Order: sequence, then structure tokens, then C-alpha cells
Amino acid sequence: MAHFEDTGPRTPVVEPTRVDKVHPRAKWGKSIRVLLTVIVAFIMLFPVLVMVMTAFKSRADIVTPPPKVFFRPTLEGFLYLFTDRSVLSPANLDAARANPGKLDYWQQLALSNGQQINGPSDYVGRLKNSMIIAGTSTILSVILGLFAAYAFSRFKIAGKDDLLFFILSTRMLPGVVVTIPLFLLYKQLGWNDTYIGLIILYTVFNLSFSVWLLKGFIDEIPIEYEEAALVDGYTRLQAFFRIVLPQAVTGIAATTVFCLIFAWNEYAFALMLTSERARTAPPSIATMLGSGGLEWSAIAAGSLGFLIPVAIVTFTLRDYLLRGVTFGAVRK
Amino acid sequence: MSADKGSSGKNRHLSNRAIVNLFIWPTLFLLIAMNVFPLFYSLYLGFTNYSAIARQAPVWVGFQNFSNILNDKQLWEYFATTGRYALMSVSLQTLVGFGLAMLVREKFKGGGILTTLILIPMMISPVVVGLFWKLMYNPTFGFFNFLLGFGNPSKAPDWLASRFAGQPMPGLALFAVVIVDVWIWAPFVMLLVLSGLKAIPDYLYEAAVVDRASSWFQFWRITLPQVAPLLLIAVLFRTIEAFKSFDLVMGMTGGGPGSQTELIAVNLYRQAFLGQFRTGPASALAYIILIVIIAISNLYIKYLNQSKGEG
Repeated sequence: MAHFEDTGPRTPVVEPTRVDKVHPRAKWGKSIRVLLTVIVAFIMLFPVLVMVMTAFKSRADIVTPPPKVFFRPTLEGFLYLFTDRSVLSPANLDAARANPGKLDYWQQLALSNGQQINGPSDYVGRLKNSMIIAGTSTILSVILGLFAAYAFSRFKIAGKDDLLFFILSTRMLPGVVVTIPLFLLYKQLGWNDTYIGLIILYTVFNLSFSVWLLKGFIDEIPIEYEEAALVDGYTRLQAFFRIVLPQAVTGIAATTVFCLIFAWNEYAFALMLTSERARTAPPSIATMLGSGGLEWSAIAAGSLGFLIPVAIVTFTLRDYLLRGVTFGAVRK
Repeated sequence: MSADKGSSGKNRHLSNRAIVNLFIWPTLFLLIAMNVFPLFYSLYLGFTNYSAIARQAPVWVGFQNFSNILNDKQLWEYFATTGRYALMSVSLQTLVGFGLAMLVREKFKGGGILTTLILIPMMISPVVVGLFWKLMYNPTFGFFNFLLGFGNPSKAPDWLASRFAGQPMPGLALFAVVIVDVWIWAPFVMLLVLSGLKAIPDYLYEAAVVDRASSWFQFWRITLPQVAPLLLIAVLFRTIEAFKSFDLVMGMTGGGPGSQTELIAVNLYRQAFLGQFRTGPASALAYIILIVIIAISNLYIKYLNQSKGEG
């Protein structure tokens, strides 16, 4: 916006954005603003950049002060993350080095550090658990949320506002308050450390969110479409499945991805309610120990693996982010 | 189409009421079973001395757990730490987020992509964020000190150990956690403020330009009051979250050094799920946290409504 208060024309300017009369100072202001934004964005993203670099650094490069910006990239971090290795004795090491021809890339990489691969690490199983639990719970919460959101959007329901507020308020509860009783309940049911336990918990955890978000999207679909379909002899259910669902696809997609992010990133419940069989990836990245402390490159590789889907999603969803992070309460 | 209509004749008998019940009850049932029931169960447990790993049935002890908590100086210390943490991180987030929003407010080429990139920290799992910031903060090979210009590790701050050049400097670790929390959530404030900025009608600024109001005046008299309600919502959301904060601290410090970053939610986890599994006292503590959160939210909402009433 141009500011004419100092040097502008004497008569009041009614069009503040006339392109032909932009004052030079305003132009300068804009370039400075763009430059400043770029710098700030770079500072904000620098930690992410460090993570990406660390994922491709060798163990020696990570712990050498001062921190290196230029280094020889290696996939060691991913090797540490995904495999279980053991140190070879000098005799075996020489034997293995004698005929490296039969080894694949990963085995050679391990060998260059004097190790051999024994099999996949725990992390592989935990990543699989994460996918199953996050995937299933997301599908369930979106389907249940969609039905409820449609009912709340289209029908008169006694105490509707109170019910909707109740649904929202469940999300405000501190997780730890409900975890203790759930832990005991699950103990009775034999659900601790099982898929079903976490799937149901995450479904409920996301449900309030999914109802609110989807209700916002369905509210925007003109009710006349369904009314016309009903006049044409469709039943309510047919109208719902054939008219409303196709119109709500973008909303459903956005909700799905938001629920997926929550379930995928969740840490506290997984830490408290699982231990071995059903443990998901976030609590196990934290315990990635190598010889002599945390195995940074493995942690960075694991974090990077977590970041990539999220970064893609952030870009796909940028138009819905505001709705998503505020439970659909604030719209663009 | 007409063939379909005939085949699903059964659905015709579903009245609207039946559809409503069918559509909302599964959701309500799950929420009641997994949230309302545990809430009452945990209230009951708060009045017992139960331990989840003991073989004893819960024994009713009345208000003993609650009075123990209210008299426990250590716990109030954790509450105070949580309060300081919430105050610091929410106010910094609000400032930084507001600044970011003002910066990216006007459109320019590539601005959309930059804005989206800034939002990435918010979407990563906080425990993962905590872990890689632990690497950033490392006094010998971390980037943070290096970029601040501390070349020699023995004369630099060791953030997560709360030491500066070998001397203890209490509060440094908590501030380090605050920095990361601000890094994650300032974009959230930015997002809310941006939506508020977009909703300001242009004629207000046009009128101000006609009156030759200074940009300073425009900011204080138009921008800030118009954005204030959304800013307060952001502050409310973030304050509630700060009192529940758990993941980030677990990833970064685990409450240490000593108990300098022991937030109340972290301590609750320790009491409930580690060591002796003090389920009863932990449930009582959980309730006290819940009451504190509700009290704070009500204060905010009251203030929010007041400022709306004036405006």
C-alpha cells in the first residue's frame, strides 16, 4: 500500500493502490519486505535443513566441531535406522573383506564400518504398526465423523448446540487425564499394547475434530441439491451417497489428511499404552541408541522419513490449513 | 437411475429420525465410552490409594490425595515452572506470529510458497522436533551456538544443561524449550492473524488514507483492534496446550537438568506410569490440572467477551 501522507498529491487520494502512481519509497518498502520475508523463512526452516543434512552425514561428520555444512553424503543413517547390526571380529572382517563381490550396497556400507547386517531393526516393525494404526483409525474417524456431521448439518436435533459443544470439549481434555482410567480399562479388556486399543483411542481422539471440520464443509453444500434429488424420488440415504458425498470430496480429503497427521505424530498415548507389539514409531525414534549415546544420523533419518509426507501434505492442504488447525472454527 | 431406486426400496422406510440416530449415535457412544466414562472413573480413582501394579483393590482415602498435592511444595514448583513456560512461550509466539503475519500479509511473487514453508514445523511430531533440536543445541557440534557465534564450546552456553561457560545458569534449559515451542507454534498464530487481517474491510484503510492518518495510527487504531479477537483465540488455544505440554519436553530434556524443565504434565506421567505407578494420587493431580486449565480458559473467555462487548 502506498503512503502519500508526506509527499503525495495535495488532493485526497481515493484509490490507494493506483499502480501508475506508486511512490518510489513504497516500491523500496516492498523489496525490503520481500527480502526480509525470505530471510525469516530461511531462519525458520534452518533446523529442518540441519535435519536433512544430518540424515546424510556419517557418524564422524556429525560429532566434529564446528558443525559442517559441506560433507560427503552417506546413507549410514538409514542403515542404522533400518537394520540390526553386529560388530565383526577382526578374523571375520578380513574374511568378509576378501570377497566383497557377493554383498549388496547396504551390506558393503555396514562392512566399511566393520559391521555385518543381522536383519531388520525394531524400527521397521514399528513403522508398520504406525501405518496400520494411523491408517485404520483415520478411515474410521472420517467415516463416523462424516455421518455425524451430515446429521448435525441437515437435521433438527434436540440440543444440537450443546451436543456439538460436548463433542468439541472432549478434545480440550488433557490426554493424561483420560489415559490413566483407559490404561486400567484396557488392562481389564486385555487391550494394552494391541492394535485395537490404539486404533479405537485415535479414532475417538480424531472424531471430535472430524465432526467439526466436516460439518463446516457440508454446511457449504447448497441444501437445494438434495431437495431436488428428494423430489426426484431419491431416498435420504441415496441423496446422501449420490449427491452430498461427491460434493464433499475435497472436505473429506482435507479431513482425512489432518486426522492422519494427528495419528501419525501421536506420542503420549502410544508411550503410555503400548510397549512392544503395538508400539508406534514416534516413541521409538527417541530411543535410537548407538554405541556411545544417541545415534544422531539414525534419529535424523527417522525424522526425515517422518517429515517428507508431512511436507507434501502441508503443500497439498495449504488452503485448508487454517480450518484444520482450528477445528474448523475459523474459516478463510 | 430408476432401476437403482427400485432396488433399494428398503431404505425408503428409514425415517429422518432413524437416520439421525443411526448417524450420530456411534460417534456419541464412542465419545462417551472413551472420554466421559474415564473422566468419572479417574475422579473416583483420585479418592483412592490405588496403584495399577499392586494386587490390592482400591481403598477409599477421601480427600487425602488432594490435600497431599495442595501441601506438596515440589508440585507447586512444577506448576510454577509450567506457568512460566506458558507465559514465556505464549507471549513470544504471539509477538513472533504477529510479526510474521504482518510480513507476509501483502501478496508478492512466491509469497504463498514461503508462507506454506513456514508452517512445516507445526506439522512435525513434537517429540521428533524435540529430538533434533537436542542435536541443534549440542554445545560441541550443534548448529545453534555455532550460528550465534560461540566458537569455543567451553565459553558457550550449554542450553539443555542450563550452564553458561561452565557456570550453572538456571532457567536456560526452560528457555531453550520455550524457543523451540515458539519455533513450532508461531506459524499457528501467524495463520490466525492472517485470516483476521484478510477480514479487515478495505474501506477502513481507505478512509484512514483520506484522513492522512499515519501508518502508526492505522496500525494501532485499525489493524490491532480488528485482529484482536482472533489473536485472543490463538492465545487461548496456545495457553491450554502449554499447560498440557508433554511431548516436546520428553523429546528434549526429559524434565532435566534436575527438575528445571519438569512441567506438570511430565511429572504426572512420571507418577502415573513410572516407578510405583501411583495411580490414585496421579488421578487426583490430573483433576487438579484439568481444573486449572478450565479456570484459565474461563478467565480468557470472559475477557474475550468483555472486549467484544466494548468493541
